[in-house]
Amino acid sequence: MSIRERLSGNEAAATAMKQINPDVVAAFPITPSTEIPQYFSTFVDNGVVDTEFVAVESEHSAMSACIGAEAAGARAMTATSANGLSLMWEMIYIASSLRLPIVMSLVNRAVSGPLNIHNDHSDAMGVRDAGWIMIFSENNQEAYDNTLMAHRIAENKDVMLPLMVCQDGFITSHSIENIELVEDDKVKEFVGKYQPEHYLLNRDEPIAVGPLDLQAYLFEHKAQQAEAMKNAKQVILDVAKDFEKMTGRKYGLFEEYKLDDAEIAIVCMNSTAGTTKFVVDKLREQGVKAGLLKLRVFRPFPVEEIAKALSHLKAIAVLDKADSLNAAGGALFEDVTSAMYVNNIHVPAVNYVYGIGGRDTKADDIESVYTDLAEIVKNGKIDNPYRYLGLRKEGDK
Amino acid sequence: MDNMIEIRWHGRGGQGAKTASLLLADAAFNTGKYIQGFPEYGPERMGAPITAYNRISEKPITIHSNVYEPDYVVVVDDTLLESVDVTSGLKETGGIIINTTKSAEHLKEELKGYSGDIYTIDARKISEEALGRYFPNTPMLAAIIKVSKIMTDEELLEDMKGSFKHKFAKKPEVIDGNMKALEMALKEVKKIQ
Repeated sequence: MSIRERLSGNEAAATAMKQINPDVVAAFPITPSTEIPQYFSTFVDNGVVDTEFVAVESEHSAMSACIGAEAAGARAMTATSANGLSLMWEMIYIASSLRLPIVMSLVNRAVSGPLNIHNDHSDAMGVRDAGWIMIFSENNQEAYDNTLMAHRIAENKDVMLPLMVCQDGFITSHSIENIELVEDDKVKEFVGKYQPEHYLLNRDEPIAVGPLDLQAYLFEHKAQQAEAMKNAKQVILDVAKDFEKMTGRKYGLFEEYKLDDAEIAIVCMNSTAGTTKFVVDKLREQGVKAGLLKLRVFRPFPVEEIAKALSHLKAIAVLDKADSLNAAGGALFEDVTSAMYVNNIHVPAVNYVYGIGGRDTKADDIESVYTDLAEIVKNGKIDNPYRYLGLRKEGDK
Repeated sequence: MDNMIEIRWHGRGGQGAKTASLLLADAAFNTGKYIQGFPEYGPERMGAPITAYNRISEKPITIHSNVYEPDYVVVVDDTLLESVDVTSGLKETGGIIINTTKSAEHLKEELKGYSGDIYTIDARKISEEALGRYFPNTPMLAAIIKVSKIMTDEELLEDMKGSFKHKFAKKPEVIDGNMKALEMALKEVKKIQ
């Protein structure tokens, strides 16, 4: 029997970490993820975990300590947000290229500047090509569940890549909601013990980690990283199947919400997907064939699967909670449209950059997107595919 | 959503409006409901206006925006009536609960023709009498539960007794005072005519 609880998203992430009981947690506090290492350090202090907690002096050091720990053969975790992730940037690439399955809780927040502590996805989008598996969570439950699945995916022999579990800063990280927790012993059994293949503390196999890697091999090593990312897709699905057996909660690469018979649909990630479900339900009552594709696994990007899932639609809108400032469109929009193009599927598509710097995304905003999509279906043309949602115009209050 | 209740709290930093919204979420959770409790984070400082929200439902809640058309509004500090549009979006079928000693005429004027129910409670008097100090959030919690009928008085008192025991494990002397504040508030919240 699962345990009925009410927790914030940060409490949910910290609870998952407690149940995983990793060997090392190294973290530096930054809003809105601060509570995760804060709660975790009390677990350490109270002796409910036997983790080595490293209170480092910066995020660069936090990631470095995780790299050192994983290279030694330990299981390491961290948490951060926005500029904390920016400061880790150098080490983010080193973690993935050394094939160290570190697990990070990324509580999404706008990267400065100007200074903003609220939610958008600019932090995550900044590391989308860094070789980390990236999983997004609609609510506290998913932040918890995704964290429980993380090590099984990252540490798989065919993968061996670091993984970040994302959730929306404040919107879910600081909101108390219902959650179903898994019992400690079941989590322990599900996550299992980490048995690294090659590690520094193995005296039977002396190795070097991270030496110079020039023209002769770096290319091949990068290709292996790319291959591991491709492998991750099936592993994520396999782990999700086992997780479903344990909890009854079903996860895929993405969730299709009333998408089967939909004519118009929104593609988005994290908490906005919940608000979109609310709107889809309302529109369905009015007879509008609205649907949602909520992307869960952003890296590896499910190219064929997304193209197929959207192929029957008459128009789609992709919502990006980060602007790429490239005069072309947001990162998710580009990935989705490129996936469809290479699979020879043409569905009219528009992009909305929204929710920047914590601008609240209301049900009315989402509804207006479906209204726009219906208009596109009716007129058969898109004047401007790169749009804003919720941006104040001159004269607005 | 058929039976989802949405609540907006207005208070000033330091008065416990955020805590009250979390306590309400807790209490409703304990009676089997689906809940959300979240503050609107800004540049928080003592005395600055703050907003917090609740959603309470029989069914899972998916919406993740702030609340724009609340069923109920709770005003923890009546000096906010001058500066904050507390009835913004408030449903006429719902109500507003204000911690105040001001007259009915004055309040009606401040609320600019809001035609839903207006309730008042003197949380300062209750808090000072029951706790010897001014913590308006406990009486306001009882008042919103009484008005919104999220649960019965008995359910609230039973549940809060457990919560207070846990919350004040290190200072049990304040448990009785808080319980008294709840009981007084349940009796004293009044609809103005």
